[in-house]
Parts: sequence; structure tokens; C-alpha cells
Amino acid sequence: MKVAVCINHVPDTETKIKVGSDNKSIDRTGVNFMMSPYDEIAVEEALRMRDKFKGEVVVLSLGGEKHKETLRKALAMGVDKAVLLKDEAERDSFAVATGLAAELRALAPDVILFGKQSIDFDDAQVGTCVAEMLGIPSVGVVVKIDIQDKTVVCQREIEGGHETVQTVLPAVFLAQKGLNEPRYPSLKGIMAAKSKPIEEKPAAPAESRVITVAMRKPPAKATGKIIGTDKTAVPELLRLLHDEAKVI
Amino acid sequence: MAILAFVEHRDGKIKKSSFETVRAARTVADALKAECCALVIGSGISSLAKELGPYGASRVLVVDDPALAAHANLAFAKAIATVAVQQKAQAVFLPASQMGKDLAPRVALKLQAGLASDCVGINVENGDLVATRPVYAGKALVDVRVTTPVKVFTLRPNVFTATQGSGDASIETVSVTFDPADFVTAVTDVKVATGRPDVTEADIIVSGGRGMKGPEHFALLEALADVLGAAVGASRAVVDAGWRPHDEQVGQTGKTVSPTLYVACGISGAVQHIAGMSSSKYIVAINKDKDAPIFQIADYGIVGDVFDIVPELTVQLKQALGK
Ligand SMILES: Cc1cc2nc3c(=O)[nH]c(=O)nc-3n(C[C@H](O)[C@H](O)[C@H](O)COP(=O)(O)OP(=O)(O)OC[C@H]3O[C@@H](n4cnc5c(N)ncnc54)[C@H](O)[C@@H]3O)c2cc1C
Ligand SMILES: Nc1ncnc2c1ncn2[C@@H]1O[C@H](COP(=O)(O)O)[C@@H](O)[C@H]1O
Repeated sequence: MKVAVCINHVPDTETKIKVGSDNKSIDRTGVNFMMSPYDEIAVEEALRMRDKFKGEVVVLSLGGEKHKETLRKALAMGVDKAVLLKDEAERDSFAVATGLAAELRALAPDVILFGKQSIDFDDAQVGTCVAEMLGIPSVGVVVKIDIQDKTVVCQREIEGGHETVQTVLPAVFLAQKGLNEPRYPSLKGIMAAKSKPIEEKPAAPAESRVITVAMRKPPAKATGKIIGTDKTAVPELLRLLHDEAKVI
Repeated sequence: MAILAFVEHRDGKIKKSSFETVRAARTVADALKAECCALVIGSGISSLAKELGPYGASRVLVVDDPALAAHANLAFAKAIATVAVQQKAQAVFLPASQMGKDLAPRVALKLQAGLASDCVGINVENGDLVATRPVYAGKALVDVRVTTPVKVFTLRPNVFTATQGSGDASIETVSVTFDPADFVTAVTDVKVATGRPDVTEADIIVSGGRGMKGPEHFALLEALADVLGAAVGASRAVVDAGWRPHDEQVGQTGKTVSPTLYVACGISGAVQHIAGMSSSKYIVAINKDKDAPIFQIADYGIVGDVFDIVPELTVQLKQALGK
């Protein structure tokens, strides 16, 4: 089985976002980057599929030189091959998807895994876009993937419950938390990843269809009040919730 | 010209987020002097159509087909795109629900449209649409423009108001031709936990962290949630410890929520947690540590023991609400 995973390189979740001088993007100075957390889950799932069905796992990332760090981490986790689709420009999800789809069309994997969303722009688009571009099925926010021959039965999250979804391969799956616990790269894996090659190719993405015209911080919340230190504060809390917030 | 709003329903009921979507579509349609059309897709769902006029639809289009009894994303996306083309829709609005997010990218590509996800505002400026959306889990906001002639937007639940008016809509049936290939991906079973609402849809969330000390003590939060008709949420620390299910996690790698009231119990307020809930309208924090970062964003804080305060809050609320 050939499994491909698309992974993105995003600011660390600890990052306190500062708006850059262009007022359209973030100030990247001092920001640490990492593999998007849902993409780690996707890589883990791919490795488990390889363990079960044999074959190979290829990871792809579209972006600048820096994306190699995230590709390197996937290699350390144990993937067989890493490809950087090189592109230094800022793109929207549609454009990123066109670049990935072109490469994936040639690769023709049985399974393509994505994270359910990148935790930078939180678009939740790229995976489903790639599926539509390749004309193959997709199942979003999966917490279980059970492959039996060419048929796949998934559990997918919906509001307040789960759906069982059936589909056929080749297909795209978007990993949600709960699908698995991603492994930490072993020391041996990290050492081995240092000498594994990362294939580089120029990406040829289409033009973005969504453009950012302005970025700003959300309005700061006014510091609230401390209304007490024990249960004697409860009546006052109820009064505030009733009179001021009007929520009860 | 029309703005088309996709309407999601479950168990014979239209979802609140879809009423919000229709009302938002109407507001934009009025500003553009366009028509607001709502689209309902499913099997045996024609009776739902009449509920949409009061939320702003002037026409309701119904695709009612036994083949659409269960959700099938390829067939649904085809139906939405077909109707959008027929109606010459200049924009398609969907709720940013799990279903909406599953369909929107496919609908957008079929219409050669750009898609702005999870919008919290859509304004008309000089005849063009400018959408506002949170990025970096709400740590920043961006205004975006979609450059294609047709535009697709998903709207975050609980943000737009579903104002009800006295409008009346005409109802039209539309038939769409499907192929067997449109059903290769299909839902075969749905399990919905009855009782408490989901965190993304709830108006009130009672959320617990490591300060709850163990899974058994979440019964205290469930009791409070039940009095309030609230959802139960959790920090990642307690989800990772296996005390609560994944789908309750609030934060940057969990759910982003915008309820009217968020009650944080024994939660420190790490950046990743705050990212997911800071857009709540009112935040109550109960925490032993006066320096816990959660107090920086809480409207009302009690520096104290959850085991002292939460049961008392439940009792007094019950009395106050006559339950
Ligand atoms: C990549 C990444 C992603 C993450 N994503 C998320 C996410 O999506 N959501 C999320 O929540 N976290 C996330 N985290 C984790 C986050 O950094 C924190 O570790 C986590 O939120 C802490 O959870 P907590 O507040 O329950 O626990 P703690 O930080 O341990 O806080 C417990 C609090 O309870 C208080 N307390 C203790 N006993 C009592 C008592 N009896 N009464 C009252 N108060 C008491 C303490 O004073 C303390 O403030 C992420 C971390 C990383 C690295
Ligand atoms: N630049 C990229 N390179 C490779 N994969 C990406 C890239 N951006 C997004 N993805 C994949 O698409 C998923 C969804 O991203 P998004 O639609 O941006 O939220 C991510 O979880 C990744 O799996």
C-alpha cells in the first residue's frame, strides 16, 4: 500500500501572535515553528497502515526551505520518503491544494492523509480540495479508519456524536484528535533522519482565490473582577449573571 | 442574483446554526439587492421548508430524494453546486459545522469559487464582500476578500444572530440527477449522544480542568451543566489523562467555542486553552490560584476551591431557576 501524508509547518501553539508591519501577516521574529498537531496524527496513522499492510509512506510539504524541519521530524518518526514542494510565497488553501494535487496525481497513492486543519489559518480546506481535484472520495474529521481490502469504514466526528462512513480507496482522510496517539521520534530515528535525503521540487500552485486585506488582534478583554474567595460569593455571581450578563 | 444558504437538519429538525446562516445571507442579500434563497436537501424534508421564511429566505429550494436519506458528501456537494448555478448565486453560505466544512471545499471548486472558512463577520463594502475570520485559533483576526466571481463562505456557529421575523417564502422543488458514483461515500450509521448539547453549539459551557482532581468529580460539573442546559467542556490536560472524551476538548487543538457563558472550573488558562474560548461573551473562572492566567480574561472570578463553590452554585441556581 502506498500512503501519502501532507504536512504543514506552523507557529508553535505557545506563540503569542504579533501582527507584522504590513498589517496583513504575523511578525515571525522569535516565533518557533512545528509540525501542525493534526498532521502528526496523520503521520502516525500512515505509519500504522504501513505496519499492517506493508508498502511505503511518503510525506509532502509545500512551502519554503523551513518546511524541511517538519519533513525531517516525519522522517524521524519513521516515514520512508519526504518531498519538499518548494514555494516561498504565502498562498491560500486552494492554491496550496493545487500544488499538492499535481504531485499526488503523479504519485497515485492508495491513501492520502491530511490533518483536519492547519493550526495557522485554521482553514480546514486543503484535504477536501485535493480530493475534489483528484476526483476521489474524502472523509473528514476521522477518529477511526478501518481498511478492509478496497472498502473503508470510518468513524467521523459530528456535533454531539459520530457517524459511520463507508467509502472506497483511493481516498483522502482528514485526521482528528482521537484517531491515535502520535509517537515521539526515537533518538535512533532522529539520528537516522539527519542523513535521509529530502527530495526537492519546485511547486507550481495556482493563484490564490482568497486574499488577506488586513490582520489585527481581537479586541482585548477588559480585566474582570474577583468577586470572592469562597462559596459566600455565589449569590453575587448569580446576581451579576442575571443583572449584568443577562445569561440566566 | 442570489445568495444561497445551505440548510442543515438532523432528526427532522433544522439546526440553529442554519437559521443563523439564512439570516446572515438575508442581511448580505439586502445590501447587494439580491435575493436570499435557502436550500434544503434530504429525504422527506419538504415540511422543513416553511420554517425558513421567518429567518429571511424569500425562496426555499428543496431537493427531496429518497437517495439522500443518509449524508453522502459527493451527492450533497453536487446538489448544492447545481442549484447555485441554476439560481445564478453570487455567493453560497454554509454553516461551519462538520457537515458544512465537509461540503464547502467541494462546492467551491465546482463553482470555481474561492472559499473563506469559519467567518465571524461578512460585510458589504462598495458592492464587494469582506469577511472577517479568526486565525491562529483566535489569537488574531483577518479581513479577507474572495477574488472569484462566485464566492463561498462558511459561518461559525453561535456568532451570527438568528433573528426571526414575519417573512414568508415561496417553496420550490428542484430535482437533481445523481449517478451511483455520487454515493461511494455514504453515512451508514449515526450515533448522537442525547442529553447535553455539543460544545460548539451550546449557549453555555461548564468546563473542567486538572483542578477537578479526577474523572469522578466531573459529576459536579455535569450537575451544574444540567441545571443550565449547558454542554460540558474540558482542558486538554484532562482529555489526555483520559478523564473526558476528545470531543469535549476546548482549545487550539480542540474545539473553538463562542458561547454566551463559559464557566472554567479548575482550569489554569494556558494560551492554547484561552485561544479556543476567549471569544465567549462572558467568562466565569473558579480557581484556587489567584495568579492563574484564566483570571486575566474572566469577567467574574472566584479565587477558591471548586469543591466548595461548584456544588453551592448548582444548589442556588436550582432554586433561582425554580428547578
Ligand atoms: C501543541 C499543544 C496543544 C495544546 N492544545 C490545548 C488545547 O487545545 N486545549 C487545552 O486546554 N490545552 C492545550 N494544551 C495544553 C496546555 O498547554 C495546558 O497544559 C492545559 O491547558 C492545562 O490544563 P489545565 O488547566 O486543566 O491544568 P493545569 O494547568 O494543571 O491547571 C489546573 C488548575 O486547577 C487549579 N486548581 C487545582 N485544584 C483546585 C481546586 N480544588 N479548586 C480550584 N482550582 C484548583 C490550579 O490552581 C490550576 O490553575 C496544548 C499544549 C500543547 C503543547
Ligand atoms: N503547505 C502545506 N503543505 C502540505 N500540506 C499542507 C499544507 N497546508 C496544509 N496542508 C495539509 O492540509 C491540512 C489542512 O490545512 P488547512 O486547510 O490549511 O487548514 C493540514 O492539516 C495539512 O495536512
